[in-house]
Amino acid sequence: MVVQALKDQGVDTVFGYPGGAVLPIYDEIFLQNDIKHVLVRHEQGAVHMAEGYARSTGKPGVALVTSGPGATNAVTGLTDALMDSIPIVVLTGQVPTFMIGSDAFQEADTVGITRPCTKHNWLVKDTDALAPTLHEAFHVATSGRPGPVLIDIPKDVQFATGTYQAPVKGGTKRYQPQVKGDLDAITELVAALETAKRPVFYTGGGVINSGKAASQLLRELVDATGIPITSTLMGLGSYPASGANWLGMLGMHGLYEANLAMHGCDLLINIGARFDDRITGRLDAFSPHSKKAHIDIDPSSINKVVRVDIPIVGDVGHVLEDLLKVWKSRGRKVNREAIAKWWTQINEWKKVNCLAYTASEKTIKPQYALQRLEELTKGMDRYIATEVGQHQMWAAQYLGFEDPNRWMTSGGLGTMGYGLPASIGVQVAHPEALVINVAGEASWLMNMQEMGTAVQYRAPVKQFILNNERLGMVRQWQQLLHGERYSQSWSESLPDFVKLAEAFGCKGAKVDDPKDLDDAIMEMIKYEGPYILDVLVEKHENCFPMIPSGKAHNEMLLGDADTQGAIGAKGAVLV
Amino acid sequence: MAALNIKKGSNSHSAYNLRPNFSDVIEKHTLAVVVDNEAGVLARVIGLFSGRGYNIDSLTVAEIDHAGHRSRITICTTGTPQVIEQIKAQLGRIVPVHEVHDLTVEGPSVERELALLKVAGEGEKRVEALRLADIFRASVVDSTLKSFVFEITGTPDKIDAFADLMRPLGLVEVARTGVAALSRGA
Ligand SMILES: Cc1ncc(C[n+]2csc(CCOP(=O)(O)OP(=O)(O)O)c2C)c(N)n1
Ligand SMILES: [Mg+2]
Repeated sequence: MVVQALKDQGVDTVFGYPGGAVLPIYDEIFLQNDIKHVLVRHEQGAVHMAEGYARSTGKPGVALVTSGPGATNAVTGLTDALMDSIPIVVLTGQVPTFMIGSDAFQEADTVGITRPCTKHNWLVKDTDALAPTLHEAFHVATSGRPGPVLIDIPKDVQFATGTYQAPVKGGTKRYQPQVKGDLDAITELVAALETAKRPVFYTGGGVINSGKAASQLLRELVDATGIPITSTLMGLGSYPASGANWLGMLGMHGLYEANLAMHGCDLLINIGARFDDRITGRLDAFSPHSKKAHIDIDPSSINKVVRVDIPIVGDVGHVLEDLLKVWKSRGRKVNREAIAKWWTQINEWKKVNCLAYTASEKTIKPQYALQRLEELTKGMDRYIATEVGQHQMWAAQYLGFEDPNRWMTSGGLGTMGYGLPASIGVQVAHPEALVINVAGEASWLMNMQEMGTAVQYRAPVKQFILNNERLGMVRQWQQLLHGERYSQSWSESLPDFVKLAEAFGCKGAKVDDPKDLDDAIMEMIKYEGPYILDVLVEKHENCFPMIPSGKAHNEMLLGDADTQGAIGAKGAVLV
Repeated sequence: MAALNIKKGSNSHSAYNLRPNFSDVIEKHTLAVVVDNEAGVLARVIGLFSGRGYNIDSLTVAEIDHAGHRSRITICTTGTPQVIEQIKAQLGRIVPVHEVHDLTVEGPSVERELALLKVAGEGEKRVEALRLADIFRASVVDSTLKSFVFEITGTPDKIDAFADLMRPLGLVEVARTGVAALSRGA
C-alpha cells in the first residue's frame, strides 16, 4: 500500500535504511521494480539526499527510515529542510499501535520529536487512513511554502490490509494556500517601480521553489526594467550570474556592490526572500531610505522582522506574471534616466573589486581554487553542493549559477555534513550530470560514511575538499571577534583523504601546488566514478567581504587590512 | 570602511543582539482558533507559543462540532502589535488550523470565564464571604461547616476582583477555566 501510494505520487527513488519497524515496507520494495531504493549509511544522509534530489529536480524527495534511532537520526535533515523550505516526505516506522507508550524496543515519540521540525506530521493508526494520509502528505509538502513532512507508520498498520485509495486531484481541501497575489498591491508595486530612482530586486529561495517559470518571469522583468538584482544564498541561479543586471549575492559575506545597493536604494523589491539576519545585518540600519515591497507565499514571513510598505502574499510565479502584465499594460515605464545614474553609482562600487584577494604562487588560495573550478567547469551540465563554512561562502562568491536548481547548500540551518549526501541525491536524480560537492574537510567528515553509498550506486560525485586543516569559519570569527583565542578550531588528526578514497573503493588525489591545480581538477572531472580531491589550501585565509553580525550593510569589512586596525581598538562590539 | 571595534581579549559579544525597534506597547488580545479535532493539534498550538517565545495568559479548548470534528481554542495572549500579528500568521500556517480570529480587533466581543473558589473559615469571616459572594452573584456549590466552594462566571477581571476579596477571608484553592469568547452580534 505504501509503495503503491508512492508510485501514484510519481516517486521514482527512495533514500532509506531498514530496521525492525519498517520491514513490511521493505518487503513491498523487494517485490517491485518501479521504485529505486538507495541504501544510505546513516539516516541523516538519507534525508539530505532527499533534499538534494528535491532541490535539483523541483520534485519532492522521499526518505524511509525505521523507528526510534532511525527517526531521531532524521531530525537534523528535517530541520534543515524546514529552514530552507525544501519539499521532502519522510516515512518512519513505529512500534505497533498496541505497544505505543510502553517504552517498547526502539520506540520514540517521533511525531512529538519532529513536530517542531516538520511542516506537518502524522501518526497513522488505521490502515484505511494510510493511503489518503500519504497523498495529503505529498500535497502539504509541495504546496504553499514547501517543507518537510513526516508520516509515522506503526508496524501493525503496515502489516494489516486495507482499502487503497488513489490520490485525488488538487490535493486535500483543508490545505489550500493562497497563490494569487492581490492585484491592488501588485499595481501599487508597479506604480512604485515606475518612478523609483534607485530600485533593487532582492530575491531568494522562493523564486526557485516556485518553479522554473518563476525564474523565467524574473529574468524577463529584470531585463525589461534594467533594475539591478541581488540574491540571497538560497536564490542563486534564479537570475543568471552572467546577466547584465546581476550584482552578486548579498548579506554577511555578500558582495560590496550588492550590500551597498541594498543600503542606498529607494525601492527594495523582495521576491521570495525572508529578511534573514544574515542578510539584513543590524535591523535599525537596514536599507534605511527605501520603500519596501515583499512578495512571499507565507503570510507569516511578511512583517516578521522588517516592516514593509507593500506586502503581497502569493506564489512568486503567479505574482510575477500579474506584475509583468500590469506593468506592460501601463506602458512599460521606468525612470530610465535615474536608473542609469544609479548604475553609474553601482559601477563605482563594483570598481572596489571586493572579491580581490592576495594571490600566491606557493600555496593554493581557496578563492583561486574556486576560480579555477569555475573556469574549468562552467559550460558543463553542472550541479554544485556545498558543506558549511568558509568554503561555502567562497563557492557562493566565485562560482556562477546560470540556472535555478543547480545550487544545493544548507542556508537556514547551516548544517555541516549536508553536502556529501546532498550531492549523491542530486547525482541519483541526474546520473549524467557533473555533480561537485565543494567541501571543507571538517564538514565533510561529518557524513563521510555516505561515500560508501556513492560507490555502491556508482554515483560519480566529485568531492572537492578545500582542506585548510581548520574549522575555518570558526577560526575566522575567533580571529576577528574573540581576540584570536583559537579555541578548538583546529582539524586535528585528519585522515589521509586519498587513502580514504581507496578504502571506499573509489579514487582520490591530493594537490597542494597552484601549478598542478588545473590538471588535478581535470582529472577529477574526467574520472568515471566518485572522486575525492583533497585541495590543500592556505590555512589562515579569511572570507571577505564580511558584515559582522550586528553591523549595518555599509559597515562591511573588505579585507584583513580593515580588521587589523580595529582589533585592539577601544570598546567591544555587539556581534 | 568602518573599523571593527573589538578590544583584544574582550568577552562581551552577544551573538543575536538584533532586535528591531518596532512599537513596544504590550497589548492584550483574545484569539479564537478553529481547528480540526485531531490528535496533537493542541500540542502544535502550544508548541508554537513555547517554541517562538510567545505568551499564553490563558487557553481553553473543547470540541464545538462533533460531526465536523472541529474544536475551538480560545487563547489570551500579550505582545507588541508586531508579535500579535506574527502569532496570528504563525497559527494560520498550522495545517489543521482552519480559522484564526482576533476578537480584540474584529469588533466587540464577550468574554467569560468560570471559576471555582474554596474559602475556609468560621464566624465573621464566613458570613462576610457569603455576603460578598452574593454581591458578585457567585453561587455556593458546596458547603461544609468550615468551608464553601463558590462558583462564579464573568470576565477575568471580575474573577480576579472576587478572588482578591476572598483571600483575606480564607481562600484556599482556585480553579479557573480560562476564557471562552465570542464576537457580539450576528
Ligand atoms: C553540524 C554543525 N556543527 C557546527 C557548526 C558550526 N560551524 C560552522 S562552520 C564550521 C567550520 C567548518 O569547517 P570546514 O568544514 O573545514 O569548513 P571551512 O570553514 O574550513 O571552509 C563550524 C564548526 C555547524 N555549522 N554545523
Ligand atoms: Mg576547513
